[in-house]
Amino acid sequence: MSVIETNATVAAESLFRRNMAAFMENRLAFGSAIVVVLFVFMAIFAPWIAPNDPYNTNLFFRLQPPVWMDGGEWAYPLGADALGRCILSRIIYGARVSIFIGAAVILVATTVGILAGLAAGYLRGWVDVVISRLVDILLGFPYLIFAIGLMAMMGPGLGNIILALAYKEWVIPCRVVRGETLVTRELEYVEAARALGASSKHIMLREILPNILSPVIVVATIRMAHVIILEASLSFLGLGVQPPTASWGAMVADGRAFILESWWVSTFPGVAILLLVLAINVASQGLRDAFDPRFTE
Amino acid sequence: MTTDPLLKVTNLTKTYTGSPSMVARLLGRKPVHVRAVSDVSFSVGRGEILGLIGESGCGKSTLGRAILRLHEPSSGRVEFGDADVTALSPPEMKAMRRRMQIIFQDPYASLNPRRTVGDIVGLPLQLHGLENGREDMREKVAMMLDKVGLKAGQIDRYPHQFSGGQRQRIGIARALISNPEFIVCDEPVSALDVSIQAQIIQLLLELKREFQLTYLFISHDISVIGYLSDRVAVMYLGEIVEMGPVESVLATPRHPYTQSLMSAVPEVDGTGKGQRVRLKGDLPSPLDPPSGCKFHTRCPLAIDICRQRKPVTETVGKGHSAACHRLAERLSLLEGAAQ
Repeated sequence: MSVIETNATVAAESLFRRNMAAFMENRLAFGSAIVVVLFVFMAIFAPWIAPNDPYNTNLFFRLQPPVWMDGGEWAYPLGADALGRCILSRIIYGARVSIFIGAAVILVATTVGILAGLAAGYLRGWVDVVISRLVDILLGFPYLIFAIGLMAMMGPGLGNIILALAYKEWVIPCRVVRGETLVTRELEYVEAARALGASSKHIMLREILPNILSPVIVVATIRMAHVIILEASLSFLGLGVQPPTASWGAMVADGRAFILESWWVSTFPGVAILLLVLAINVASQGLRDAFDPRFTE
Repeated sequence: MTTDPLLKVTNLTKTYTGSPSMVARLLGRKPVHVRAVSDVSFSVGRGEILGLIGESGCGKSTLGRAILRLHEPSSGRVEFGDADVTALSPPEMKAMRRRMQIIFQDPYASLNPRRTVGDIVGLPLQLHGLENGREDMREKVAMMLDKVGLKAGQIDRYPHQFSGGQRQRIGIARALISNPEFIVCDEPVSALDVSIQAQIIQLLLELKREFQLTYLFISHDISVIGYLSDRVAVMYLGEIVEMGPVESVLATPRHPYTQSLMSAVPEVDGTGKGQRVRLKGDLPSPLDPPSGCKFHTRCPLAIDICRQRKPVTETVGKGHSAACHRLAERLSLLEGAAQ
């Protein structure tokens, strides 16, 4: 029996492994994935990596330039902000906010989107009409304005940001899942399950879902970059996480007043946003190429 | 054999309604109706194989699926044993599904690529509570795999690791594991190589004997139907035009459509005795079926009445019936063509 089981495991993994191999061959995408992983590590181990306490204000070091400029020193490698807080440490702690909110929003939105998309695509009828119209209506609102409105209504806070962004974000996976479900539900193995007496729940979750998961995962990673930008935008506008919590968007906003004389206050958190979002985008496109054969020529 | 009918289909009709887009509806266009199966009646005796033959698009697969309520029939009755299948509530229907099963045409599309053979074949046991835990299920699945000619050791493999013929065996195992009485075989060998076809047909015949099954065997291949059926029904544009014992229908076909089908079977004996009755044109669109006898647009014998009135089904031999206006007056089309 053991021989058989080993065979089966090898076969089950072979497709995944082949896709992974294709992904690793794409050096740019693989490099970007490493950058993303580094950011995640940075977020997790922030207290051990950060050179200073990100909340410790010290007005003696107010607007201190980065280390390579005149007046810079190693104690504050990327300089300090208007309250004399270490910019590098705040960027490292800020990664926690960006990545946590990005992941949480995508998790909530994808779960809701999968359930709604499966119901709309498989059950059709009035369920589809209600869900699809709701999706159309939500798509009609500009994303950021919708989120700003919700934040203004609910008030700031970590949980509220996640809710405000997930409120609209779920329509993206929902549309993908609905489309894939419409195609998959017509396949004979779904009909076979119905002929055997399987319930709609079984068919949606056990027969259809495993077969449409790859495009959903790809879309989720692409969208995560958008959500990180949106969180930064909300924080920039003062509607996101509240000070003194370090958030990249809020840091960019803090530096606006001194942008001409102390450019580093705004620039470094901006670069952090750019790097993380770019890395996620490039890595997710590599994932898409490797895992979704329809996109490969 | 018809003394004990297991399945009785009465006036079964399946209409598909294509609803036009919102714009088209505003412009006053009406929804289109397609009668895929139109007023079909027949019965299948216990232990019998009824062959259902017809060209692509004639509604034979729809008929098979309507019987199993995979596509809900628009009207008519389906009786199975002493139950009215068309009137069953959802939980009753679920229980009924254990007794009537289907084997699909495409062995690649009919197995979920993400589930193992054990999961696929074991699913009916799970759904109908026929197993005592996972080990018991695997044991039963392994036994079933053995019955259909697969190795029990292949239970943890995925469908893509099997050949077409082996996959069809998996599909057969799945259909049979809940111990059903009746199986709709929807072109189960059409997608397979000829050499594999013979093996699968033999397997189906063996299993029929062992499990006392009844088959509705759908095919467009006359030789396959002729080989394994007890009775044959010939379908054209959603209607049964001729039905009877296999020897009688294939040896002395009475409907001109059946005759043209028979004459299209290639022969290898080289005597050239078979005269080809060629049909004009394609199958008419079921969106806009011909008036009167639906076959008149392509029938070499069509006369005025065929265009105006629908023919009634008449008995033309023992258990043999056909629906054609010109049954009484005409010679066999084949003999006529030979002169």
